[in-house]
Amino acid sequence: MVDLILKAALVFAGMGVALATVQLLRGPDAPNRAVALDVLTLITMPLLVGLAIHAGRIIYLDVALVYAVLAFLGVVALARYYDRGI
Amino acid sequence: MIMTDTPLNLIGAVLTLFGSMFLFLGALGIIRMPDLYNKMQAGTKATTLGNILTLMGLGLLMPGWLPKIILIILFVLITNPISSHALARAAHKAGLPLAEGSVLDQLREDEDNVAAFEAEATAASGSAAESGKEVDG
Repeated sequence: MVDLILKAALVFAGMGVALATVQLLRGPDAPNRAVALDVLTLITMPLLVGLAIHAGRIIYLDVALVYAVLAFLGVVALARYYDRGI
Repeated sequence: MIMTDTPLNLIGAVLTLFGSMFLFLGALGIIRMPDLYNKMQAGTKATTLGNILTLMGLGLLMPGWLPKIILIILFVLITNPISSHALARAAHKAGLPLAEGSVLDQLREDEDNVAAFEAEATAASGSAAESGKEVDG
């Protein structure tokens, strides 16, 4: 039962990744793509934690944490670039 | 790995399912919404909630890992509003239009008020400098 629910959750998250990727490729201008990238990283983070549980290695949680830090820095750098240039 | 059907695992799995539904709806929102600011509202709040619910559910599946997962949750909770706020402000400053039918743009009104105030202040200081010159003369 737990495995079935987790598979359904994985399907929902995968559809979310697909939709966000479509928006990332389609977005008419750069800020729209940045929002799509933000959503994509936020969906990928639980997938990384799920991968850590699937593999049974706690070290992968550090990967998720570093991914969160880099995604935050990337979006803030993009916003600053749109705002006043680097 | 195969999970046993203990009540804690069931609660964790259901939380994960709800969270991933929120993630999916957030990703649907950034496709369906008409305008960047609406997209940001759908794509930031819904996915933050979905992210937190999913991570919490996965943490309940592995209770030994819960402290580290709570660390990730706190980090997302703190940084995600900051990044979306910075992005929205930059897009507004770059002049991205609001969707048709928007009735209120308070940031634009604030910027106009500040610009008017600054123009008035420079005009006042300019006249003060002129009057100072006259006094000196």
